[in-house]
Amino acid sequence: MSKVYDVAILGGGPAGLAAGLYASRSRMVSVVIEKAKWGGQAATTEELENYPGSIEHTTGPKLIDRMKSQAEAFGTELIKDDVLAIDPTGDIKTVKLANGEIKARTLIIATGAQPMLLGAPGEMDFRGKGVSYCATCDADFFTELEVVVVGGGDSAVEEAIYLTRFADKVTIVHRRDQFRAAKSIIEKAMKNEKISVIWDTVVEEIYGDGIVEGVKLKNIKTNETTDFRTDGVFVFVGYKPFAEFAKGIVEMDEKGYIITDENMRTSVEGIFAAGDVRKKLLRQVVTATADGAIAATIAEKYIEDKFHS
Amino acid sequence: MIELNKDNFDAEVVQAEGVVLVDFWGDKCEPCKALMPSVEKLAEQYGNQIKMCKLNTGENRRLAISQKVLGLPTFIVYKNGERVKEISGAENCTPEAIENLIKENL
Repeated sequence: MSKVYDVAILGGGPAGLAAGLYASRSRMVSVVIEKAKWGGQAATTEELENYPGSIEHTTGPKLIDRMKSQAEAFGTELIKDDVLAIDPTGDIKTVKLANGEIKARTLIIATGAQPMLLGAPGEMDFRGKGVSYCATCDADFFTELEVVVVGGGDSAVEEAIYLTRFADKVTIVHRRDQFRAAKSIIEKAMKNEKISVIWDTVVEEIYGDGIVEGVKLKNIKTNETTDFRTDGVFVFVGYKPFAEFAKGIVEMDEKGYIITDENMRTSVEGIFAAGDVRKKLLRQVVTATADGAIAATIAEKYIEDKFHS
Repeated sequence: MIELNKDNFDAEVVQAEGVVLVDFWGDKCEPCKALMPSVEKLAEQYGNQIKMCKLNTGENRRLAISQKVLGLPTFIVYKNGERVKEISGAENCTPEAIENLIKENL
């Protein structure tokens, strides 16, 4: 019989890596499966000053590197593959991967969320030509240029601050008349001379000739439209969960976030969810790692009760 | 893979005959770095049929912008010096998508 893991953790972001750490420390045979970049969204976050203990010089990639080696040091297997489907029936669950399959007694779904698109004409055409969803990836290109940031949450305002290290001018376009970001972040942005804000406004179109040259803005209170010249458009308008493969298997809310109890149990026995993919109030690295720790601990209890008693 | 810069870009890509794939990447682009091992593998696999190159945009910003590249990761296929196809963005640039890009243009 092929190898059966105690726990297969789907997704190698902070939630998955923390679950791997806790699972391997309690001597469960565990594997973390990541399809793209270890760390997920945290890997492309430059400033992580809200993660306790990480005040000075801690970037997302640095923190993730440490989480990864920590989990590995205790024996978690880390593999690169893409989860295509899960079969939840029976005591042993199967995870179908792009390159084979894995069997495990429990699953922890920690596949996270991904940025939402703006949905404006031109957005797809200028992808990689001035439209970006990753400030750390692309900020360099806009050195001494001008950029627009769309959105009003933590990510939008934080990334706008980050972009001022490169761009000469950063304009935040937000559809409401106030930000949803944490107060300390808002204060920092408002003090920054390179940042200005256009309130109550949406981006109707992104245009250019080969590369982005400007956006069409519309004030949603007055319906007035204006042309705004810019070299780049950074989009941070929220996230959507990444768990298509679990649709129809575990219970989800209307947006596709997986519903769990406070012990990370989903509607299916032996399947847990952790991190941003879960329906919850606060999606941060600190809550993701906490979810991962709880999921692994409860998974261990489940195995103990189910298979060893 | 051939490392491109402003001194060899013309000779290796624009003046080159045949098919060239350029991987535009950067030191700060985590998705790009995560992809690199897969791209290196594809370079070994298809190296006889296609010239595989990479361009560090952090060191060659102007050159990247001259190719209208303002976002990473970006992969562009050039045929006899003319750009024919490209993909951009972390979710679009999967190892499978890059392999398809190569196969389509052989």
